[in-house]
Amino acid sequence: MNNKWVGASIKRKEDPAFLKGKVQYIDDIHMLGMLHAAFTRSPHAHAKILSIDKSKALAVPGVKAVFLYADLPDVVRHQTLPLLVPHPSIITTKLPFALVNQEACYVGEPIACVIAESRYIAEDAAQLVEIDYEVLDVANDCLDALESSDHCAHLDMTSNIAAKFQINVGDTDAAFKNAPNVISERFFQHRGGPFFMECRGAIASYDESADAYTLHVSSQGSHRIKRCMLELFDLSDDQLRVVAPDVGGGFGPKGSYYPEYANVAVAAKVLGRPIKWIEDRRENFLTTHQERDQYWDVELAVSKDAKILGLRGRLVHDNGAYVPWGIVVPWISATTVPGPYVIENFKLDVFSMYTNKIQVTSVRGAGRPQAVFAMERLMDRVAQTLGLDAGEVRRRNFIQPEQMPYNVGIIFRDGRPVTYDSGDYPACQAAALSKADYEGFKIRQEKAREAGRYLGIGMANAVEATGLGPYEGATVKISTTGKITVYTGAVPQGQSHKTTLAQVAADALNADPKDIQVITGDTALIGLGIGTFAARTAVTAGSSVHMAATDVANKLKAYGAVMLSCTIDQVDIHNGHVVLKSDPQQTKSFREIAVRSVGMPGFSMANGLVPGLETTSYFTPDRSTYSNGTHVVEVEVDIHTGGVDIVRYTVAHDCGKLINPMVVDGQIVGGIAHGIGNALLEQMVFDDQAQPVSTNFGEYLLPLSTNMPKVDMVHLETPSPLNPLGVKGAGEGGTIPAIAAIISAVENALSPFDVRISHTPISPQDIVELLGEHALGETAL
Amino acid sequence: MTDKRSIAVKVNGQTYEREVDTRMTLVDFLRHELDLTGTHVGCEHGVCGACTVLVNGESVRSCLMLAVQANEQSIQTVEGLAVNGELNILQQCFQDHHSLQCGFCTSGMLMTLTEFLRDHPNPTQQEVQEVLSGNLCRCTGYLPIMSAAMDAAQKMREAQS
Repeated sequence: MNNKWVGASIKRKEDPAFLKGKVQYIDDIHMLGMLHAAFTRSPHAHAKILSIDKSKALAVPGVKAVFLYADLPDVVRHQTLPLLVPHPSIITTKLPFALVNQEACYVGEPIACVIAESRYIAEDAAQLVEIDYEVLDVANDCLDALESSDHCAHLDMTSNIAAKFQINVGDTDAAFKNAPNVISERFFQHRGGPFFMECRGAIASYDESADAYTLHVSSQGSHRIKRCMLELFDLSDDQLRVVAPDVGGGFGPKGSYYPEYANVAVAAKVLGRPIKWIEDRRENFLTTHQERDQYWDVELAVSKDAKILGLRGRLVHDNGAYVPWGIVVPWISATTVPGPYVIENFKLDVFSMYTNKIQVTSVRGAGRPQAVFAMERLMDRVAQTLGLDAGEVRRRNFIQPEQMPYNVGIIFRDGRPVTYDSGDYPACQAAALSKADYEGFKIRQEKAREAGRYLGIGMANAVEATGLGPYEGATVKISTTGKITVYTGAVPQGQSHKTTLAQVAADALNADPKDIQVITGDTALIGLGIGTFAARTAVTAGSSVHMAATDVANKLKAYGAVMLSCTIDQVDIHNGHVVLKSDPQQTKSFREIAVRSVGMPGFSMANGLVPGLETTSYFTPDRSTYSNGTHVVEVEVDIHTGGVDIVRYTVAHDCGKLINPMVVDGQIVGGIAHGIGNALLEQMVFDDQAQPVSTNFGEYLLPLSTNMPKVDMVHLETPSPLNPLGVKGAGEGGTIPAIAAIISAVENALSPFDVRISHTPISPQDIVELLGEHALGETAL
Repeated sequence: MTDKRSIAVKVNGQTYEREVDTRMTLVDFLRHELDLTGTHVGCEHGVCGACTVLVNGESVRSCLMLAVQANEQSIQTVEGLAVNGELNILQQCFQDHHSLQCGFCTSGMLMTLTEFLRDHPNPTQQEVQEVLSGNLCRCTGYLPIMSAAMDAAQKMREAQS
């Protein structure tokens, strides 16, 4: 193996097809005889269905069928969609059926599935399904849902608590007893949804002769979708193939299994025609999983010299109407709190609450930005309380590089102790502060204030578990043309797998990435897989590609040596050939070797050679590897309008060895944009009946080009000892500390007015309200 | 509801004659009647810009226009950008600057910039930032798209001179 390609910013192999409009997203696929689905959905957040009349819908010309819960096959009717991650702390497990049986529990829950000749007709008819409801009380805000059980999200429940658990390290109460300083605060945090540009979609087809389904689905993990579907339909492995075509963004929620996917499969079998369903943007706002509300009531005990003595509190998390991923999000939140700091005493009570809203599952960052916000806001409070510099307070509490590997004392969601494998947190913060000219900020701030302008600076540190198990596999194969193909269950949604995984294989095979094709997300092409989420593909799939390609390289050498009549240590691989080291003129091409390796009919495979140049490997990481980063943000706040302008954004980031720095930069900048949205713009608004009222891009604001500052970046590269490539995940680090850093900067800008910000997102209206008479006074001038 | 009209539309230089439902949007016509699936549907309410095409040279949200309104008009889509199968200057700059990740917004970005750079061959960074504020991208954070636009403007000027 050499190191020619890993580490190089090569251009993306996948780009030309995308740029010419020649790729295939789910809605670009057309099948012969295909019909189209649309859904009739609950207009109420909580309602009992009294009766349904589908006759008017069925009478529309072009309508082929209308499915209700009662029309589903027994196997699908008798069980809910599966629970992906069970956990003993779950008290009450609520999961949806493919269609509502009697009780709708969020606005948009599907009740009827209409199949028609065109999407236009299906949507017309879906409006004609007549449903009588008894509207029920709602569990709306998750804190109210904890404090009162008067209104439960499901009729048969007496409490809205889905799960409760405690993180407990050291002796926190003792640490607080004699603490000289205790800081307490409530933080309310709201994150919106993923809002990938391509809405969800699926096409199911059914082959009667094989009694087997094929599902094309815009998903982050075809194998996981397959697992869910095998369970729900009680199918054996050979009865379902799931293919993810090109996927237009995912950000977490496209990794979930949704009821629509079951419905198109049911209809495909009943009608004997392929069935397509494409989510529209309003449905996307109502029914694609989001990551919404958390209330943090936290206290931090610190010594006179700003050392953390203990942290305790309560986290109340809104999980929505069902728990398809169990307690994954609040668990990640809780275990992310300590971050890069030494916290020997830590106690957090976590409540995951049912509400009558669409389910909460991971969105880019997956509960971590909220934990970082809580921790970093507290660090800012320590600085304010003790009159110390914000960077200095953090510096005094860092885990030192010589303490690695560092056991935090808690169990992560991978079931393993949170053990940071490597990283230099003090150096990372120092690099960011230096790049941001933190020292020079005071002068910039004073000058601006003299001109009546308000500049602020903020920072945040984060440590992120990445590269989660159990595995992601790869098959590396050299075909009889001599070309190399990599198959993996990972599914890119913009992460550039087709380039980065080719780079990894290229180094192992001493080949050029342009000769390596990467094929993703087809369950027919690799047996096992998990999918692309949790910043895990470079670590898991990358390592598997490395292992499989290295093994194929050894097979090439073994065949090459036989064909060149020498021993394996006498040959090398060079430029698509196995070469005799002592006489480089003597070579055998990959093509010649591949042809030889498939054998000839009737001839024995001499010399004990294994047939074929093909190896499948599954790298199974022992535990997560931990990336880290520091964000430093400089803002200008207009105290007249509450407008926030981010003028300078600096990132120092350590995700281990970089496979393709250009791609990592792209992930980080994109992640920052998501963080800017979460800090300043994005809000799913619900009325007092849990009715969503921000259901389009005019009401729900995504970051625009005009919201983006220039970003300065420093990469630290501390290789992970936990995988052969030394890599760590990079997909979420741009988002995780961003919200905390931005809010910190806004607060810092408003420090002359003694404004404290304890929630996110913060809108211009919020800022004007917090400024109170100061804003009004200025406006009056 | 099923009222139909015959239309003739020129797309990327080729004329297509079809009978379509009067309520069919232009983007559905391009995608599902002509199989030109490079133009994407992102929001169906005219905000995200993924469906942007040029109608007689002017950028249009093809989700907000009916196919029948395109009768006897000339349309350019992303499929019409490449020159003899090779990426044009703007497309090549998108690859050079890593201006796309999932690629779903990309055709709308390209069409918006095709019109803009034609009319503003020497733009400022701020003008580029403003023209792109009409197109949503969730992956890239826009910075690489702005870099590509500035680079393309310069290369197009060089190619002109």
